[in-house]
Amino acid sequence: MSWSEDTINLGYLPLLDAAPLLLAQELGYFSEAGLKVRLTREASWANIRDKLCAGTLQGAQLLVPMLISVNLGLNRVKAALTSSFVLNQNGNSVTVSIALREQLRHINPEALASAHTSVLTLKQLILQRRERGEAAFTLAVVYPYSCHNYLLRYWLAAGGIHPDQDVNLVVIPPSQMVAQLTSGRIDGFCAGEPWSQLAASMGCGHTLLSTFDIWHNAPEKVLAMNMDWATQNTETYSNLLKVLLKACRWLDDSDNREDALLLLAQPHCLGTEAHFLHWGLLAGKHNFHQHSANYPWPAHMAWLAAQMQRWGHLGAAQLSADYLQTIFPTAIFRTICVQEALPVPPGDAPTQVGYHAAPWQYGAVSLGADRFIDGIRFDSLQISQYLQQFTISNLPKM
Amino acid sequence: MPMTSPIESLRILLLDEQAERFPVMEAALTAAGYQVVGKVTTADNIHAAVERTQPDVIIADLDSPGRDTLESMQALNRKQPRPIVMFTNDGDLATIQLAVESGVTAYVVDGMAPDRIRPILEVAMMRFHEYQKLRDELELTRLQLNERKHIDKAKGLLMKRKGLDEAKAYALLRRMAMDRHMKLSELARSIVAAAELLE
Repeated sequence: MSWSEDTINLGYLPLLDAAPLLLAQELGYFSEAGLKVRLTREASWANIRDKLCAGTLQGAQLLVPMLISVNLGLNRVKAALTSSFVLNQNGNSVTVSIALREQLRHINPEALASAHTSVLTLKQLILQRRERGEAAFTLAVVYPYSCHNYLLRYWLAAGGIHPDQDVNLVVIPPSQMVAQLTSGRIDGFCAGEPWSQLAASMGCGHTLLSTFDIWHNAPEKVLAMNMDWATQNTETYSNLLKVLLKACRWLDDSDNREDALLLLAQPHCLGTEAHFLHWGLLAGKHNFHQHSANYPWPAHMAWLAAQMQRWGHLGAAQLSADYLQTIFPTAIFRTICVQEALPVPPGDAPTQVGYHAAPWQYGAVSLGADRFIDGIRFDSLQISQYLQQFTISNLPKM
Repeated sequence: MPMTSPIESLRILLLDEQAERFPVMEAALTAAGYQVVGKVTTADNIHAAVERTQPDVIIADLDSPGRDTLESMQALNRKQPRPIVMFTNDGDLATIQLAVESGVTAYVVDGMAPDRIRPILEVAMMRFHEYQKLRDELELTRLQLNERKHIDKAKGLLMKRKGLDEAKAYALLRRMAMDRHMKLSELARSIVAAAELLE
């Protein structure tokens, strides 16, 4: 595929995660760098995917697992996409209906104390309801191949709940979560902010936890580009990433937070009141830059790929470390760091995740805490051994 | 569920955010000889609507956020896959048709002109069935491979525990399965599970 025009069309969904793209535009960073970027607000992840495939979008804000699903054509439509830039870590919350919250408290007054006690209490509640012959709870996520789905599943399974057998998992667009929770069609959801805060402010939902409590500093949205475009426009691509890095650094400076929220609240950006966005950032624990958040750490991507295997969304043979490296190449990011005189992440990245409860140093850079709720550790060199330890999974029992 | 309706009496579910467009679309589809069995927006319960109306095909507005819901019902609930046809009046998106040629998603680019609907629906249904057949075959192969593994393992266990040769172990497995009115693979699986429990 070749691109005749020099305008770069980038798609996004109206979520706080899109802040780096929106702010780069609002602050004039794209034009300063001589880039003609057109941001287009899209209605669904499927739309973004189809437009990336068709080439009407050269790139987009995308869910990490979608890079894998689209490259492999897991949902029929297949395209070569690449990503070397994480737009943010964290950012999602798990919200339950007020009715479900009260049932949890009824069983255990301390149920809401932590992500751990809440899921263990939920398990008890599910067993009680089953004995009484009542219907299973329905929980919603925003897309099948999403961090929301895999983190929610991880949390449920850590509490002994099988996400495909003990609850009813459905997909609902984020903009509909509040309405569906109010009408009682769903009992809870995992979505990006500010949706949880909207549910809470309307009195129909209770924010149970941030996905930070399930996995500290999970990569959430990335900038995905059409692979052909990225290969044919290496210099422009590199400039685009430099601009995004600049926007992320600006956003990370707490002095700029208030300005950022006002810019994002504008109707042509997120069109949501600034105070909701402010609560959303607090609840979602978004990290846009610090502790090398923008670097596509290979072990993080491998962990998500392993979760896709765990739930039967991906066969073990479909993915290798080499293949992940072609989807999420890291060299371009390191080159940018050299050019911008920033600390350079070592090319030889750690293969392990889940060892750190606090920020830690790796070579010239610092990384954020990376613990999982159950304390289980992950090594991307030993994925099959890692997966074997889970009694709750959809892996074929050998 | 295999589609049994002939193409001319297809049952169609409409998904559009702009409910005011429903009458026009319904008229166009009815004129083309189809039956509109349901009309939903994202604010409705899409899951329930699909269950209730049992459509043969779903026609959805490209700009509906409900697209992701529809797709997930296909991707993860494999019980009742159905083809989805998208429509849009955005001429720039003509290229999307090329891009999704290999997939199943079809796009009606010129809105809902009745003479355009029929050929697109026909092609969409045909592609969908071809793809579904391929996927079913793949799934069957995978299932059979898995069953094979269990049977081999159970056979090995019997050979070791009872000192039988391979042919005798297999014969014993078959007899046990017949006595218990179980499938050979089911029995093999429970033998393997029991052995794991006792280890």
